[in-house]
Amino acid sequence: MTDNQQARQPVTVFLVDDHALFRAGVRAELESITDEVRVVGEAGSVAEAVAGITRMRPQVVLLDVHMPDGGGAEVLRRLRTELPDVVFLALSVSDAAEDVIAVIRAGARGYVTKTISSKELVRAVVRVAEGDAVFSPRLAGFVLDAFADRPGSEPISDPELDLLTPRERDVLRLLARGYAYKEIASELFISVKTVETHVSSVLRKTQLSNRYELSRWASDRRLV
Amino acid sequence: MKRPPMSVNMDDVQEQPTEERAVTAAPPAPERAEVTASSSRAVESSDGPPKMYRRRTGRVLAGVAGGLADHLGVKVLWVRATFAVLAAFGGLGLAIYALLWVFAPQASRDEPAQTENPKERQQAYGMVALGVGLTVAGGAITGLFSGWVGLPIAVALVGLAVVWREADESQRRRWRVGAKSGVAGALLGGGGWSAAVRIFAGVALVMTGIGVIVLRDSTSFAQVQFALIAVIATLIGVAVLTVPFWLRMMRDLGEERRARIRTDERAEIAAHLHDSVLQTLALIQKQAESPREVARLARGQERELRGWLYGPSGYGKPQQEESAGEAGMLSQAVATACGEVEDTFAISVQQVVVGDTELDEQLSSLVQAARESIVNAAKHAGVEEVSVYAEVEPTSVTVFVRDRGKGFDPDTVPDDRHGLADSIRGRMERNGGTVRLRTAPGEGTEVQLEMPRKTTAKTSQGAT
Repeated sequence: MTDNQQARQPVTVFLVDDHALFRAGVRAELESITDEVRVVGEAGSVAEAVAGITRMRPQVVLLDVHMPDGGGAEVLRRLRTELPDVVFLALSVSDAAEDVIAVIRAGARGYVTKTISSKELVRAVVRVAEGDAVFSPRLAGFVLDAFADRPGSEPISDPELDLLTPRERDVLRLLARGYAYKEIASELFISVKTVETHVSSVLRKTQLSNRYELSRWASDRRLV
Repeated sequence: MKRPPMSVNMDDVQEQPTEERAVTAAPPAPERAEVTASSSRAVESSDGPPKMYRRRTGRVLAGVAGGLADHLGVKVLWVRATFAVLAAFGGLGLAIYALLWVFAPQASRDEPAQTENPKERQQAYGMVALGVGLTVAGGAITGLFSGWVGLPIAVALVGLAVVWREADESQRRRWRVGAKSGVAGALLGGGGWSAAVRIFAGVALVMTGIGVIVLRDSTSFAQVQFALIAVIATLIGVAVLTVPFWLRMMRDLGEERRARIRTDERAEIAAHLHDSVLQTLALIQKQAESPREVARLARGQERELRGWLYGPSGYGKPQQEESAGEAGMLSQAVATACGEVEDTFAISVQQVVVGDTELDEQLSSLVQAARESIVNAAKHAGVEEVSVYAEVEPTSVTVFVRDRGKGFDPDTVPDDRHGLADSIRGRMERNGGTVRLRTAPGEGTEVQLEMPRKTTAKTSQGAT
């Protein structure tokens, strides 16, 4: 898999973060350790980001969740329908469920925390560029929690969206335990491609399901 | 702790780790407890016997009967009936009702809405009619007010009720839209013309009633007119004279409240930043030549600040969610254990907890065993990061502790190493739990701990 990528054009990346210091750091890291990704632009505010992304048309946008004027979710809302080809990967210091779920439901293909190592960040960028989803262990935990069957939870209106299959649950559990996709594949005796399919399906459900927890987490953040 | 960062000396450096551990070990820090106590809701109901509040929803006239029923814990119908019967004794019921109306405050908007059924409402209307009838009848029998004198009194009372009810309404409107300044705002509360008309009509009714009683002997219309004009003029004069005073008082009150909230908030943030972030930065400057120590300090501080901002009892959460005693929760215990190991061994422990439950003896042992597993990984695996995953299931709680380090062959562990056998396996099996181990040299290690749940008590939600 990695052999293929090296032969390919580098993935174009656009950085959105209101801390210039952080942008500079990520840019330096990404460009020094690999030629798989290329940073084509950066922005420090929602307005700049919308203009810059529309102009540059990057493959992947690394999006900070917390910014003035609405944060990452606002950028997603403004660009999601116009630029369906651009993939957003949320990057944040926050581990709060409201933040994570809100930006995933706004359309991000993945979520990683800013403490992620540069190598893993590159892997995550390449992965979302290929159309897969990227779940940090914590995001996997949140999603498991949101889809958990607990007494008193709302009746299921749409089983297709509101329930996880046992296999998806297994994959999420292993993700939350810190397993990489390859390790999950060998653990469950399935191919990496199948793991990716499961994760993408979970992402779709997380974005579209109306389960109470998900909508509550998302709306909690929008109100603040 | 209170010394300025410039004067941090080596004593501080030495004692910092223990302090941090103390903070993580006792999550509901005292400063947070104070914040809760000083929130306005807590103050309202803190001292003295419980207050009576008039109902805000499901009321017929002013919510007095409903509020009294809530306060005494009896059915509202009985309270209404009592008022109606008491009304027969020279209007005693009416007088009590009026006094309670004036002195009992409305239930604040935070109170849950009362459910009411149409039947109860119909009964209430019946009771109001009965009360009025009994008052009139009682008055006629006892001769308290004879003949036509009753009529103007009734008119005045109706006018009074209209104005008072409008005052309640305006208070509620102000609650809805936020404080309005100015007398007009206080009086009408954003109710617009309809409110003004209602108040005016009420005032007119009261004045008519009083005027008629006062002037009942002199039937001359000119005198009535003169009295009315005099009353109106006096009222207008009083209102105009006191306008600036009211305005200023209202504005000062609101301004003062806002300023106090801002000051409290700022003081709390400043205190917290000083005690945590500034201290840590000072320590990091001292330790700059030791990257391991800097990483440890930064990690500990990050965890602490994160807990403060996003944690269950954190600064960023609404205060009413603070009620549950999170000290005895599994997620908190796991977080504390992970934090301790992070601090002691300068590694990073990545933790995910799905579901949460109250800690009992078995689960405490589970957490202890998990902590021991993390310590083992930190000591022997030779890695920078350990993953911890805990999941609360209906019948059991499982914890996975995983590292990508050296791994080992379980059969070759020397007999004198007690960690796994005693601290983990022994502890788990004594409490009815099981341990599974997956490891091989070079493959990393995963310890899987499972503890059955004794009680299927409520499982609270929220991943941490």
